[in-house]
Amino acid sequence: MLEIAIKGSKNYWLWIVFLLLVMGAGFAVYIDQFMNGLMITGMSRDVSWGFYIANFTFLVGVAAGGVMVVIPYYLHNYEKFHRITILGEFLAIAALIMCLLFIIVDLGQPTRMLNVLLYPTPNSMLFYDMLVLNGYLFLNIVIGWKVLEAERNQVEPPLWTKPLIYLSVPFAIGIHTVTAYLYCGLPGRGYWLTAILAPRFLASAFAAGPAFLIILCYIIKKFTKFDPGWEAMQTLAKIVCWAIIANLFFFLCEVFVVYYSNIPSHKTHLQYLLFGYHGYHALVPWMWSGLIMMFTGAFLLVVPQFRNNKTLLPFTCALIFFGAWIDKGLGMISGGFVPSPLHHVTEYTPTGPEIMITLAVYATGFLVLTILYKLATQVKEEVRG
Amino acid sequence: MNKNMIITGLIIFVLAVLSPFWFNIITTIEAAPKPELLGNAKEEKKCVLEKYDMRANHPSLLDEWRDSVVRDSDRQYKAANGHTFEMSLSTGKNSCLGCHEDKAKFCDSCHTYASVDPYCWECHTNPKEIK
Amino acid sequence: MMEKSRRSFLRVAGIAAIGLGVSPAMNFASSDSNGAAVAVKGKNEQALIAKRWGMVIDTSKLNKEINEKMIEACHKAHNVPDFNHEVDKGKYPKTRPVNHKQEIKWIWEEHFPYAFPDKEDEFLAEKFHDLPFLVTCNHCKNAPCVQACPTKATFKREDGIVIMDFHRCIGCRFCMAACPYGSRSFNFRDPRPFIAETNPDFPTRSKGVVEKCNLCAERLSKGELPHCVEASEGAIVVGDLENPESEVRVILKEQYAIRRNEALGTEPSVYYIM
Repeated sequence: MLEIAIKGSKNYWLWIVFLLLVMGAGFAVYIDQFMNGLMITGMSRDVSWGFYIANFTFLVGVAAGGVMVVIPYYLHNYEKFHRITILGEFLAIAALIMCLLFIIVDLGQPTRMLNVLLYPTPNSMLFYDMLVLNGYLFLNIVIGWKVLEAERNQVEPPLWTKPLIYLSVPFAIGIHTVTAYLYCGLPGRGYWLTAILAPRFLASAFAAGPAFLIILCYIIKKFTKFDPGWEAMQTLAKIVCWAIIANLFFFLCEVFVVYYSNIPSHKTHLQYLLFGYHGYHALVPWMWSGLIMMFTGAFLLVVPQFRNNKTLLPFTCALIFFGAWIDKGLGMISGGFVPSPLHHVTEYTPTGPEIMITLAVYATGFLVLTILYKLATQVKEEVRG
Repeated sequence: MNKNMIITGLIIFVLAVLSPFWFNIITTIEAAPKPELLGNAKEEKKCVLEKYDMRANHPSLLDEWRDSVVRDSDRQYKAANGHTFEMSLSTGKNSCLGCHEDKAKFCDSCHTYASVDPYCWECHTNPKEIK
Repeated sequence: MMEKSRRSFLRVAGIAAIGLGVSPAMNFASSDSNGAAVAVKGKNEQALIAKRWGMVIDTSKLNKEINEKMIEACHKAHNVPDFNHEVDKGKYPKTRPVNHKQEIKWIWEEHFPYAFPDKEDEFLAEKFHDLPFLVTCNHCKNAPCVQACPTKATFKREDGIVIMDFHRCIGCRFCMAACPYGSRSFNFRDPRPFIAETNPDFPTRSKGVVEKCNLCAERLSKGELPHCVEASEGAIVVGDLENPESEVRVILKEQYAIRRNEALGTEPSVYYIM
C-alpha cells in the first residue's frame, strides 16, 4: 500500500518538504543538545521536567482519544463511524510516535535508553509506561494496516484482528492512566498527588483527541475527495462536549478540595497557576486563557445551534484543543514543580532551542500522519469509485 | 525492472558493503602497538588476569568490577593467582593506573589503533593529567 | 517453487545470523567455568559497616563558618562543580555562559522555613528562623527516588545508603520529581570546566546523569567517616540506626530530634536536634 504515498499533488509534496525542513532544523538543534547536554533548555534543578514531558503528556492523551471512535464502532456497531475509525487509529499512531520521540529528546543519556529493558524495574511507573505505550502503538499499527488492506481488497479483515481491537480499548485507557500514575504517585508533589489525576487526564484526552479528529475531518474534506460524513462529525462533537465538561468538572473538584481544605502543600501550586505566588505569575495569563477557551468551547458544543453550525464547529474544536493543551501541556507539568518541595519558587520558560526541537517532533508526527491519512483517504476513494 | 539491472545493483551493493576491505588493501596496515609495561607494572609482573585473558576480556572484567564496587560495595579483588587488587581504575597504588602508570602507553595506544573510545575517562581521571 | 525456496533460504539465513550473534556470548560464558582457581571479590577489612546508616545533626552547633567548611569539604572531595568558578578559557575555550538555576549541590544551607516547610509558624523564634540549617540526601528508608528509577541506577544498599550508579543512569530525572527534599541535581552540562581542582580519587560526572550525596560510601569502605562529619567540629554524627548502642541512638534517646517532612512516610535517616 505504501506506494500510494509517493504519488501526490504538488501541494502534497510542498507540505511534505515543509515538514522535512522543520524536522531538519530541529534535528540540527538536537545535535547541539546531544553534544552539550540539556543545558540548552530552560529546565533547572527545581523544574526538572519541562516542555518535552508536557507535550509528551498531552500527546498520550491525543493517542488515547482515538479509542473514542473505536468503542462506538467496534463495541456498539455504530455504523456512522465506519469511515473515520481508521482515522482515529492512524492519529493514535502518529501521536504515539511523537510521545516516544519526546521521551528520547528529554533523556540526559539517550544512548543508554535500552537500560530500561536491560534492567527491567517493575516498581517504576516508567517501566509500565514503556510497556503500554509500545503495546498500544503496535496494536494500532497492526489493526490499522490490516483493516485498511482488507478494505482495499474489499474483503473482511482477518478474524484475528478482532481480539486485538478489543485489547486496544483497555490499552488506550491504560496509556493515559499509567501516564497519570507517573505523576500522582509521587509523595512530595502536592499538585499531582490526587486520585482524580488519571480520570482528569482521560477526560481531557477524550476531548482533545476527538476535537483534533474533527478538525482533521474538515481538512480531509477540503483536500481529498473523501467525505468522512457530517453525522459522524456531529457524534464526535457530542463526545468532545461531554468529555470537556467532565474535564472541567474534575478540575473544579480539584479547586474545591485544594482551597477548602487549605493545605498549603496542595494549594500553593494552584495559587501559583491561577493567581501567582510570591510575585511570580508567568503562567497566570496562560492558565486563564486555557480555562476561558475550554469553558467557551464547552458552551458552544452544548447549545445545538452552535454545535450544528458547520462553519463554527472547527473553531470550537480548536478552542478546546488548545485549551486542553495549555491546561495539560503548560500548567500540569510546570505547576507541579512550582513551588519546589522546599517552597522555593523557580519559574520555567522553554528556550528557543527547546521549542525548535519540540516543533521538529511535531513535524515528524505530522509527516507520519500525512502519509497514513493519504493512504487511508486514497484507499477509501478507490473503493468507492 | 530487468535481470541485468538487478545484477548490476547487487554487484554495486556488494562492492559498497565490502568497502572497508578495499580501503585496507589500498592503504598500508600498521602492526598493532603492544601495550608497554613501564614503571611499577614492569617490576610487579603480576596482574588481575593472565595476559591473553586480559587482552580478550578486560572490558567485561571492568564492567563486572564497577558493578561490584558500586552496587555490592565490594572493592577488593583476589585474583586467581592469589594476589589482591583494588577494583579501581585510578584510585590508589593498587588500582589499574596505580600500577600501569602511563595511561597513554597502556590504554590509549591500543584503543586508538582499534578506534574504540571507551567513555571511562569522561568521569574517571588519570591522576597524572591533573596539574 | 521459487517463492518457497526463497522463504526457506531467508529462514536459514536468519537462524545463521542469530547463531553468529550468540556465539561470542557462549564462548565467554563457557570460558569462566574451566579455570582452576577462581577470583574472589570482597570488602576491605577496615570498612565501617552498619545495618542502616543514619546521621544526627546538632543544630545548635551549626553556624555559617562550619557549614561552609563542611560544604566545601564535601563538594571538593566529590568533584561537585561550582558554577561561580571562573572557567579556564585555555583549557575549555568553548564554555558557554552558565544558568545558575542548573547548579549542582550535595549538601547545602537552607533556612528553617525552607528545610521544614510543613512546620511553618509565624511565631517561630527568630533564632530558629535565621538558623542556617544544613540539608542533604536523607537516605530514606522508603526512598521515593529508588521506587521511581526505571533502571535501578538509584538503589538502596543493604546498609541503608541510597546511592547512584552513574554508569547506568539514563537521565530521565524521574528521581528528581520523586524526591520530596530537593536533594538531587542533574548534570545539565559537562561539569569539568567548573571544577577548580579535580580530586583524582573520586570520579567527576558526565553530562546527562543525576547525582546526590552518597554518604561518603567511598570513605566508609576505607574505615573513614564522611567528609562533612570530619569537618563539622562535632555538629554531625553518623552511625548505625539499627544498633541501640551506637552513638546516634544514644543521642536520639536523650534529645528531641526531628526529621524533614515526616508526614510523607519516607522515613528519613537524617535527624536534627533542636
